[in-house]
Amino acid sequence: MTSLPSCNASSRFREEASLLVVTNQRTSRMALSPDTRKRLITAALVAPASAWLFVFLVLPFIAIVVFSFGERAPEGGYQAAFTFAQFANLGSRAAAFKNTLVLAPIGSFVCLLVAYPVAYYLAVKVSPQYRLLLVSLVVVPFWTSLLVRTYAWMYILGARGIPHLLEFVGIENVRLLNTPGAVLLGIVYGYLPLMIMPIYVSLEKLDRRLLEASADLGARPLSTFFGITLPLSLPGVMTGVALVTILLLGEYLIPQLLGGGKVFFIGNALVDLFLQSRNWPFGSAIAVTLVVVVVIVLLVAMRIAWRVAGTRQVDLV
Amino acid sequence: MRGLVTAVYLFLYTPIALVVLFSFNAGRNASDFTGFSTQWYGKALSNTFLMEALQNSLIIALTSAALAAIFGTMAALGMERLGAKTRAVFDGLFAAAIVVPGVVIGIATLVALVEVFGFINPALAAIWPGNQPPKLTLGYGSIIAAHGLFTMALVTMIVKARIASLGRDIVEASSDLYATPLTTFRQIVLPQILPSILAGFLLAFTFSFDDFIIAFFVAGSNTTLPIYVFASIRRGVTPEINAIATMVLIASLALILIARFLMRERTTTT
Repeated sequence: MTSLPSCNASSRFREEASLLVVTNQRTSRMALSPDTRKRLITAALVAPASAWLFVFLVLPFIAIVVFSFGERAPEGGYQAAFTFAQFANLGSRAAAFKNTLVLAPIGSFVCLLVAYPVAYYLAVKVSPQYRLLLVSLVVVPFWTSLLVRTYAWMYILGARGIPHLLEFVGIENVRLLNTPGAVLLGIVYGYLPLMIMPIYVSLEKLDRRLLEASADLGARPLSTFFGITLPLSLPGVMTGVALVTILLLGEYLIPQLLGGGKVFFIGNALVDLFLQSRNWPFGSAIAVTLVVVVVIVLLVAMRIAWRVAGTRQVDLV
Repeated sequence: MRGLVTAVYLFLYTPIALVVLFSFNAGRNASDFTGFSTQWYGKALSNTFLMEALQNSLIIALTSAALAAIFGTMAALGMERLGAKTRAVFDGLFAAAIVVPGVVIGIATLVALVEVFGFINPALAAIWPGNQPPKLTLGYGSIIAAHGLFTMALVTMIVKARIASLGRDIVEASSDLYATPLTTFRQIVLPQILPSILAGFLLAFTFSFDDFIIAFFVAGSNTTLPIYVFASIRRGVTPEINAIATMVLIASLALILIARFLMRERTTTT
């Protein structure tokens, strides 16, 4: 199955090559002009990805929009209708929206507070020979199973973890798991690498001569930081905050494992509605709303980023 | 500052280290280490459900990553040749594939596939000559397809960034020297983008291998490794999960290190 597309691709290139030979020999057997041929090859190259995007992105999205205006069938699932009842009912899941819209930005902000010094250290302070290793050590956890990493905290915060150790020093009945704090901790732990990387990249690009010039002109380190370093790293900060916030809006695993059904996100409500209560139209309405929220956050982030980029240019010139 | 950074690294790695440590614990008790033992690895490896889940995960991750690498690279090459407007549409769709939360992708794919199957299956039954018409269901195919969406977008992004950093002059020089487009592609372009394709493949594999939420919706009756681990966590924490988790960690660690090695010329994220 997997070798088939590559076969097609290479035969397509062979075709392209043979077509070229044909035109070189000026035997105008082929009716295709070079322009048409070029377009056909382009179309062939993007065809599989287009099909994928259409069938597994556009079509499903249309499906949930249609479903969100429908009704729940008596036995669960979907029944055709045109009603705004599902959207009117969104308030019944207000707690999930509230948790998500409060904890996602807070989590993102705490991530930023922890990530910035690390990114600064990696980009400015550390000696180049260790830099690659230390940067890799930040990236690696992000690509290792979030499920396993979150489970590790479940283990640490659970009754046999830290609370058990606290009993030895006389502090009893501490509950850490299934609290908003546990969810926040899991969020910071899970998404810290994603926050560090863009900030690191923007700080690494920073022109060191600006810092030297600032120091030569008698600025204190702190005013150099707030006057030069911080403003120039804002695009990275914006990218990190936007990425982490957007991913957090759709988070399911962290609240599920560390919030234990007490601190739940929109993602948890969606799983419940689709797999347990089988209320597909209401679930679709929530999913559509979630996508709208994500798009709004993205647009706001892009707008701020654009403004930041604009002021940065003014500052530099 | 140094102390703070050290603390952050400890924060990142202590939980992982604890899971690995306790996977070698002789006793069942999660809070005290009673001796070194590999018994939980033996238990995990002889667990047929677990091995089946692992096999499913490997097949799904390999197939979807291979599809993503091939189609994603083709798309990256093709998009270079598109007009600005069409390219913007593709850019937007690929960005959407990455930005839309996995839980929504899972739900939307589930809903769409159930509808499409509900339409196709009766039609297939009507025209099928035999007694047992084929029936489309959720399973390998739907997980591979849904993972392929995200990973294809990922590969396209990585390969496109690599193509953008290539000098056009060497390609032009090649064609000036009468190389056919195919020769230019094979001898000039492909060798230069190959590391990024491989890196994209490995990241795609890692994503698919680690993904829980999309597979949770579209897996049907199939079980992938993350789904199995999730179910075991719900049943209760046992050292066996630590052993499985350690093996998963080592597998994804190896893959990401290879991917980073392949992308080492580039300093950007991912």
